[in-house]
Amino acid sequence: MASPALLAAVGQVGEGFFHERNAGNRPCQAKPSHLFCWDWARENIDRYGTPALQQLELVLISVVLGFAVAFALALLAHRRKLLRPPLLAGTGILYAIPSIAFFLLLLPITGRGRTTAIIALSAYTLQIIYRNVTVGLDNVPESAKDSARGMGMTNRQILWRVELPLATPEIIGGLRIATVSTIAIATLAVFAGAGGLGTQILAEGNLHFPTTIVIAGGIVIAMAFFFDAILLTIQYFATPWRRARAS
Amino acid sequence: MRFNKTRLGMGLAVLAALALAIGVSACGSSSDSSSSSSSEGEGAIVSNPANGKVSLKIGSKNFPEQEILGEIYAQALGAAGYKVKSDLNLGSETVAHKAVQSGAISGYPEYASTALTSFFGLEPEEVPSDANEAWEKANEEFEKEGLVAFEPTPFASANAVGTLKKTAEKYGLKDVSDLEGVSEKLSLYGSPECRQRIDCLAGLEKLYGLKFKSFHPVDISLRYTVLEKGQADLSILFTTDPQLSAEKDKFVILEDDKHVFPAGNVIFVTTPKVVEKAGPDYEKTIVEVQKGLTLPVMQELDARVELEKQTPKEAAASYLESAGYTG
Amino acid sequence: MSAAPLLASFGGAFEFIFTPQASNVTGGKGVGGIDQVIELTLTQLEVTVLALALALVLALPAGLYFGHRGAGELVALGVGNAGRAVPELALIALMAAAIGVGLLNLTVALAILGIPPILTNTFVGIRQVDPASVEAARGIGMTEFEIVRKVEAPMAIPSIFTGIRTATINIVATATIAPLAGVATLGEFILGENVYGPDGVLAGAILVALLALALEFSLAGLQRLLTSKGLRLRPA
Repeated sequence: MASPALLAAVGQVGEGFFHERNAGNRPCQAKPSHLFCWDWARENIDRYGTPALQQLELVLISVVLGFAVAFALALLAHRRKLLRPPLLAGTGILYAIPSIAFFLLLLPITGRGRTTAIIALSAYTLQIIYRNVTVGLDNVPESAKDSARGMGMTNRQILWRVELPLATPEIIGGLRIATVSTIAIATLAVFAGAGGLGTQILAEGNLHFPTTIVIAGGIVIAMAFFFDAILLTIQYFATPWRRARAS
Repeated sequence: MRFNKTRLGMGLAVLAALALAIGVSACGSSSDSSSSSSSEGEGAIVSNPANGKVSLKIGSKNFPEQEILGEIYAQALGAAGYKVKSDLNLGSETVAHKAVQSGAISGYPEYASTALTSFFGLEPEEVPSDANEAWEKANEEFEKEGLVAFEPTPFASANAVGTLKKTAEKYGLKDVSDLEGVSEKLSLYGSPECRQRIDCLAGLEKLYGLKFKSFHPVDISLRYTVLEKGQADLSILFTTDPQLSAEKDKFVILEDDKHVFPAGNVIFVTTPKVVEKAGPDYEKTIVEVQKGLTLPVMQELDARVELEKQTPKEAAASYLESAGYTG
Repeated sequence: MSAAPLLASFGGAFEFIFTPQASNVTGGKGVGGIDQVIELTLTQLEVTVLALALALVLALPAGLYFGHRGAGELVALGVGNAGRAVPELALIALMAAAIGVGLLNLTVALAILGIPPILTNTFVGIRQVDPASVEAARGIGMTEFEIVRKVEAPMAIPSIFTGIRTATINIVATATIAPLAGVATLGEFILGENVYGPDGVLAGAILVALLALALEFSLAGLQRLLTSKGLRLRPA
């Protein structure tokens, strides 16, 4: 390491190290419950980028996974009505278990980290999507199915070419609800050790600093609305016959 | 459902702009784990190329002072040429302890007093007040577990019973013992685990014989807020808190005359395996870089993070630079 | 992952629920055990019930009124959508930082979480009632109030109860982190690993899950009781 002469001076902080601290010059701390500091926000906004992306990543994977599973279950239950009560109850149980509890219950099995968070978040989306797909398929008018049968389509073809397209608004509606809810709940991923914006709220002694909470919460809400709007647009473009009827 | 195209379009545009802003800032912000390795230069820590083969992961517990220390060590080791990742904010001491035992992290900073009471079951009065004695005693116990601890920092931190200055004046409180007869009228706020801990409420009840009107759990970041808002008569504070010097005429802490709150210097806990793998610069860097951490300096760093809301990374970096460790 | 340590963790958690365990940091006093479990569970239940009651008082009449009148669709649906997007951690944290901690503040914050699902689902439930039935009721001379009470509300029970159940789930889940904000619920075990150990944390998680499921089943049962037989024949 360095020569002894240099070491002698090292270890003492320089002259300007200690900041002047009085009630006046501390940003946003002068008033204990100052709700939002623009200056601080502007200077520190880049802190939220990585956590926001972490959260988004968790949500996207969980929603896709949850959709795949719930969709498959709904198709299974579509013809076999006996399966419906147990599947509804099963997904309902997964929905009712609070996410923090779910994370901690998985901890001994899957450890801290993204896997645990993704499993719990996917489980949360199952009931919403399952229910919407089932209801959407149920609401397909008999007349549509009859005409299809009349044209000679098999059951399978009817499902994919008639029932599912007609059920699309309901299905995407379920996807919207699931996405918005999961984005909000993923804030708790910090309890599973999976990062996310919850870290900005709970870490670094931030619970007494409203500005961080407002920014983190605000970003979550903005992301939720953003994806809601995207899905709404997809729903709009995926149902041309509805548009024709509306105009 | 009726769609209003214009409103939809505008809403999308606003939200897209926001998303873009977040995306751009995410690209701009550095990744959360790796510390950059050194600027060669005028800093006292010289980058040793031999260290580049060694990967270290530095952890810390989940409150500001710990995170600052973790960052200081991580950045210093990075300057010495190691490949460093940090996993700060692990959780409380049990989690951190398990992490270093299992090898999930290379090491983390712990308070000698916490190690002695929490891990090794000592009573608070049994904790030596001399920093080196406490370190040696802790090291004895750590060695039995296959861990090792480096020398202590100059500063020590302890819990303390704190209150508003005017409350202290009203009831004539200087020491914790002065609360006898008065505490039944006062509410105490502390972290959720304070209620059961012998170096917190349980100790106040058992060793001081105090009974409080009520105890309320709150997150430790709120320990001054509850006093300011007048909800708490008494609150558990830390002796290294920046508010105690920055707002001297507002907050006071009561003297711990019966030594229920043992003071702890910070010792870096790691495993002999990592020490061997990492070579001599590992311990040397850590021991050298913490020499500048006197009580005023630690309070200043805590102030940067808790009052000015800088990140622990920024505070650590400016300490290392100002004390001449990095260029 | 081998089964033995897994069973040991859960076994340890179950033991924690019933018998006080030793802890390193308490100076010899035991932690956990059935008494403490009951105390914390009751507090969490109390907070949940209070918040739910407040949410019902505010949201149910509004949902019934606007659903009946057919007005305020945008607000009712918007509130529901917005409510889903609000992260509960941020709400509680903001309350603690800006307003203050304690049972009263917490109850109000939790009620805010419970209002959107109740308002939206009540509104939608009432709106979906067959207009012909409403007209018929008007025809035989029922007052508007009677129509809501005797015709619309009973038919909207499934939807209303979905809203109440969702609200309850949200509230009881958020009440878990109440120890950060002044109220000692089952979250004490979860947040206090140093005191309660990994067994305690797992026990806390199990208890919270059981509490939520118990509430969910009770409400589902209540819903079956209140749903008239005619409605029950309809598929779920």
